[in-house]
Amino acid sequence: MFDWVTPELAQIFFTVFQAVVILLVTVLLAAYLSLIERKLLAWWQDRYGPNRVGPFGMFQIVADMFKMFFKEDWTPPFADKLTFRLAPAIAMGTILLSMAVIPVTATWGVIDLNIGLLFFFGMAGLAVYSVMFAAWSSNNKYSLLGGLRAAAQTVSYEVFMGLALMGVVVQAGSFNLRDIVEAQSNLWNIIPQFFGFCTFMIAGIAVTHRHPFDQPEAEQELADGYHIEYSGMKWGMFFVAEYIGVVMVSAMIVTLFFGGWKPLPYLDFIPSFVWFAVKTGFFIMLFVLVRGALMRPRYDHVMKFSWLVCLPLTLVNLLVTAAVVLLNTPAA
Amino acid sequence: MEIAFYIASAIAIYATLRVVTNTNPVHALLSLIVSLLAVAAIFFMLGAPFAGALEIIVYAGAIMVLFVFVVMMLNIGPAVAMQERAWLTPKTWVVPAILAAVLLAEMLYLLRDGTWNQAGHTLVDAKQVGISLFGPYLLVVELASLLLLAALVAAYHLGKRDDQNG
Repeated sequence: MFDWVTPELAQIFFTVFQAVVILLVTVLLAAYLSLIERKLLAWWQDRYGPNRVGPFGMFQIVADMFKMFFKEDWTPPFADKLTFRLAPAIAMGTILLSMAVIPVTATWGVIDLNIGLLFFFGMAGLAVYSVMFAAWSSNNKYSLLGGLRAAAQTVSYEVFMGLALMGVVVQAGSFNLRDIVEAQSNLWNIIPQFFGFCTFMIAGIAVTHRHPFDQPEAEQELADGYHIEYSGMKWGMFFVAEYIGVVMVSAMIVTLFFGGWKPLPYLDFIPSFVWFAVKTGFFIMLFVLVRGALMRPRYDHVMKFSWLVCLPLTLVNLLVTAAVVLLNTPAA
Repeated sequence: MEIAFYIASAIAIYATLRVVTNTNPVHALLSLIVSLLAVAAIFFMLGAPFAGALEIIVYAGAIMVLFVFVVMMLNIGPAVAMQERAWLTPKTWVVPAILAAVLLAEMLYLLRDGTWNQAGHTLVDAKQVGISLFGPYLLVVELASLLLLAALVAAYHLGKRDDQNG
């Protein structure tokens, strides 16, 4: 009866199955994160948070989704139609594509690219267009100001985001994320690459436009910035894309600096997926805590910090890492 | 694999044509981004994933962002589209089109000759690119770095304010 199931076909089915599961888990987690964030912020600020819909407010997200689905999806007549519709799709697409290169466990992952890290940089670079096109096509002064800030901020922060990770690449000798995880079998990268971790964490927050780097959408001064003219599900896509960005950057930090699915010593009886999930969850919570704890800096301070502190720090980190690796390599 | 190559090439050529003929500057830049992505796809197919990734990161992800950044600040309205349309008269594009057609004919003639190699036999990864950049092409890399330094100093000079409190 199952004669037609050849090993090749089973392999194809398994790969597709993995990709679909990872996609669904990421998107659902990102959607649920809006509730988790509100709950956590409320607890840290000594409030209840959403607690009306369902037990402990668990179904608040369902209510929010119903509200969003039934809102009118309005395209302003003065907007540039093509780019206005394209922008939310770019936001979702690029972030989900960069999620694809992250290895979840030794056997789970969507694609295993030998240039995995560069693919992530490329997608992060293309993600800027979502904000820029949204800002420009809305034909609104506030959104345009938000878009200009986003473009300048993202370009500045991507420069040292790449450099911050080059130390990791030098140590692993590969751009492949699986190789990078395997290279951390004995010692997680957080110890030798501490400065790389600090700068990548900052750049990661900046690239996802999360607080304190939410200059593009600063509510108080720009009235929501680049997505001011968006409504309904188009706005929802920006909203979910931001949370997918949080999940993706947390998973990337875990993969690059905290040994991915590798367990701590003497604790290898816990399955590797649990390790990956727990580590990623920790960084997602850290993202929320940063939002709850820090104020938003002035825009020119953000730019100055990027070019005068982070860029030199990552350059020195890369040079020192390269020198140490060269000293430890036996002469060929 | 070959069909993918032809699809990517067709997209690249069509998108590049749209860059020239589009009257809306932002839509033209969008076409240019699509064209660059299609070229990156061709690099991937030819076995140069490193070059393809750099094409996306550097050209599509950084340089084009600056282009869009500048165009976004220009006040583009229906007047610009009219102006562009007025510029795109046959008088303007006939001569460049004839020159491009001559180049195309020349390239087709050379391809017909049959002395070309099929590309994509070897995989050129990041390590090999690095070895050739810091081996046989070291002088070119150094010259490029000098050029970039000069551009940096010039940009700093142009952007510097004259008053001391800036």
